[in-house]
Amino acid sequence: MNAPNKSGWKPEMQVAESGFLGGPVTSTGNRGLMLEEALLFEIGRADVTGVDLPEVDANAATRLGGLARSNPIGLVGLTEPETVRHYTRLSRQNYGIDLGFFPLGSCTMKHNPRLNEKMARLPGFADIHPLAPQSSVQGALEVIHQLGEWLCKLTGMPAVAMSPKAGAHGELCGILAIRAAHEARGDAREVVLVPESAHGTNPATAAFAGYRVEDIPATPEGRVDVAALKARLGPDVAGVMITNPNTCGLFEKDFREIADAVHAAGGYVYCDGANFNAIVGKVRPGDLGVDAMHINLHKTFSTPHGGGGPGSGPVVLSEALAPFAPLPFIRQSGEGEFYLVEEENREERGPSFGRMTAFHGQMGMFTRALTYILSHGADGLKQVAEDAVLNANYILRSMEDILHAPFGASGPCMHEALFGDKDFTNGLSTLDVAKGLIDEGYHPMTVYFPLVVHGAMLVEPTETESKAAIDQFITAFRGVVGRALEGDEALKQAPYYSPRRRLDETGAARKPKLAFEG
Amino acid sequence: MRYLPLTDTDRQAMLATIGASTIDDLFVDVPEVARLDGPIHGLPMHASEMAVERHMKALAAKNLVAGEVPFFLGAGAYRHHVPASVDTIIQRGEFLTAYTPYQPEIAQGTLQMLFEFQTQVARLYGCAVANASLYDGSTACWEAVAMATRVTKRKRAVLSGALHPHYAQVVKTMAHFTGDEIADALPAITPDPELSGLIARIDEDTACVVVQYPDILGRISDLTPVAEAAHAKGALLVVVNTEPVALGAIKSPGEMGADIVVGEGQSLGVGLQFGGPYLGLFAVRDPKHVRQMPGRLCGETTDAEGKRGFVLTLSTREQHIRREKATSNICTNSGLCALAFTVHMTLLGETGLRQLAAENHRLACIAADRLAKVPGVEVLNNAFFNEFTLMLGGKPAREIIRDLADRGVLGGVSLGRLYPGVEALEHALLVAVTETTTEEDIERLAQELEASIKETV
Repeated sequence: MNAPNKSGWKPEMQVAESGFLGGPVTSTGNRGLMLEEALLFEIGRADVTGVDLPEVDANAATRLGGLARSNPIGLVGLTEPETVRHYTRLSRQNYGIDLGFFPLGSCTMKHNPRLNEKMARLPGFADIHPLAPQSSVQGALEVIHQLGEWLCKLTGMPAVAMSPKAGAHGELCGILAIRAAHEARGDAREVVLVPESAHGTNPATAAFAGYRVEDIPATPEGRVDVAALKARLGPDVAGVMITNPNTCGLFEKDFREIADAVHAAGGYVYCDGANFNAIVGKVRPGDLGVDAMHINLHKTFSTPHGGGGPGSGPVVLSEALAPFAPLPFIRQSGEGEFYLVEEENREERGPSFGRMTAFHGQMGMFTRALTYILSHGADGLKQVAEDAVLNANYILRSMEDILHAPFGASGPCMHEALFGDKDFTNGLSTLDVAKGLIDEGYHPMTVYFPLVVHGAMLVEPTETESKAAIDQFITAFRGVVGRALEGDEALKQAPYYSPRRRLDETGAARKPKLAFEG
Repeated sequence: MRYLPLTDTDRQAMLATIGASTIDDLFVDVPEVARLDGPIHGLPMHASEMAVERHMKALAAKNLVAGEVPFFLGAGAYRHHVPASVDTIIQRGEFLTAYTPYQPEIAQGTLQMLFEFQTQVARLYGCAVANASLYDGSTACWEAVAMATRVTKRKRAVLSGALHPHYAQVVKTMAHFTGDEIADALPAITPDPELSGLIARIDEDTACVVVQYPDILGRISDLTPVAEAAHAKGALLVVVNTEPVALGAIKSPGEMGADIVVGEGQSLGVGLQFGGPYLGLFAVRDPKHVRQMPGRLCGETTDAEGKRGFVLTLSTREQHIRREKATSNICTNSGLCALAFTVHMTLLGETGLRQLAAENHRLACIAADRLAKVPGVEVLNNAFFNEFTLMLGGKPAREIIRDLADRGVLGGVSLGRLYPGVEALEHALLVAVTETTTEEDIERLAQELEASIKETV
């Protein structure tokens, strides 16, 4: 087999039975700077606190209606130095973008500028109450209004709903707007069409909104099968949910044709905007016939992922869907004052489908995203898309000689490169390659998604990476792939060098232990 | 551009490797009509850090900062002191710039933290299992209703009239589309919550009854009779809590028989932030309901060397595996806010949380007594924790609030804003007091309130 030589991999790894790199086992389980850390409930004490507050006066009169707590809560505390050390030690068992390359496809792990963090913490944004009199929070309302206007300009859409809390919540917003629009004209439609390559949130959202979900197949070149989609359109189809650029990393070049067909059949077009970062500043989805699209501020506009949120999912809407936007939204009066349209003045804006969340959305993410947009400007955002796409194509073309790229012949990819595990031998899988990359110091790519490719590996470099960083990754990736092609048994046990080895996920699900006992 | 590492030389070299001559060759699949020929109009060009900071600071300066004035707003968002170390820890890049822990071998920091968070929330709520967070209290409330309909296979939810009206609105919005029936009501303006009326509305078709504790008017009462009545009809009791600090002083919902407890966790660690991001808490009392829960769950397991470790588990409930059959469509939740909550809760511990709760209640009692002495003001509540309702004479509360803001006092939340068109609540003002409130603040509110009411009588 030639591939390993081509990849440049040198089989010289040695792994000790115990200990680390053949070194002795330590009495603490620590390995130098890599420190083990007990659970809070094993080291904390009920009588310890890290906050100086007045002692409880047991004789004080209370007005708790006889409901004063008599049983212990079961919490434990740590002093401040112990708390800082506990969570600092835990943090060091995490991989983050700050540490290295994080090519998690479809997730857009780009640099999180620290200016954004600083701006979100200005007391004028961080220390204001959502129900404060509107005259006292004009700057906050202006932030939401300005960000909303710029999202409209960037997408070429006339309206935006800012309150959705994350991408999936944004999907829900768009789908509810579509349902409300159909209901408003007495047209009960039951089906939403979703390509089989879609994010799991798409079918889950449509079902959550009361629709029946039907799959649309993909073509061999990795795009929506337009003929199949057109054949399925009819009076029972409320709309389609299509990701563009799609989850195979390709631009849906027939999107306009699809949109026109859906509209002609009386349906609406939902675009999953998770991959908007590939085209921001270059292409406006409004020009492609989109009726609703969510924008993950935590992807395209770099608000931090935070280990699983918070996100933010504003939804841009077409003229047809705008009247159904959720409450609240922001308007500007003739005198220039910003105000909220809420339940009490909802008549101002017609048949809104109602409220999706308490308050006004993810303000802390709005300030960060606005800061990001101001920093980049129209010129910088265009460059963001171009560099993200350039980096992804560079990886695609640097890997496809040894790694199966199922849609490599379909033309350039957009912001992410998709590979499959077709040529691995000796039972080695995509999972093994992912774990091998961990040993090389990388966060793995997205694995086993999209579902349309066997053993999918979706690599998204983003614009954040330098050429040197990408070249280094390609070398490492080729090395690990080479081992998978050659059938290197040792890869099945990877990772060796992470804070934990492979974890027993089956056991965790069979007998769930979801809280500390004791 | 300071965030973009590629140089033009790099770009040329990479295009050559790819076999493209210009960057636009890579956008060839975009139809001609949708290609823009230059930067989008209407946006500024890129700007320096200093220039951006100037712009944002000017916007921030237009807001009246809560910490700079006497401040009494609550109604689902409370201003508490957050220890400095909380923000330091959540800004560590390993937490801030990590993703959802899909690769557990290099995400044990987030996972162990989530396991600690789940344990803290479950214990605070008197429940067996809590999830790894949802978006906020209001969306958690809908998820609880949706879960109750799955568990009971019934489609009717009875909402207490004293449930936060935003929460009730969210539930009604969603139920309209899922075809569930929502029985709601307006709050009875009485010194204690009207539980008998609520109990009377529970029937054999009821999936759950949803009660807020403390309620939107700040009242508290024993919910055990509601739990018993619900269980007698085969329904679940969902208890909503918007102020977790209260549970340092009063009985947990689980102790009173709640089946699902949900709430807003913003009070601990997260801050006001004009309403978001916040932190949805979700817990169940009976572990047998775990597989119907929405959202991520972190569980304990072992690694290949037998060491303890943590993973996301029971993911066959979730959208990325189950697609249209998932228990919820949620993906990204509120991970970093959960970390802030957990660090704050760790600093407090059992002792600190009880002290914090006692201090909130002590100051709230002082405020209620002082404000009751203002002519034209009556305190509605018999019992409360750190928030209570005033019935005001004179102008509607909403106008008084604006007047107070002009006088430099953020005096509370007018219930007229939350219940538009409900005449009986137009003169009701919700006042929240926390450990950040001083006795001087209370005196100032009393005086300005008196002046404002006088002007109109």
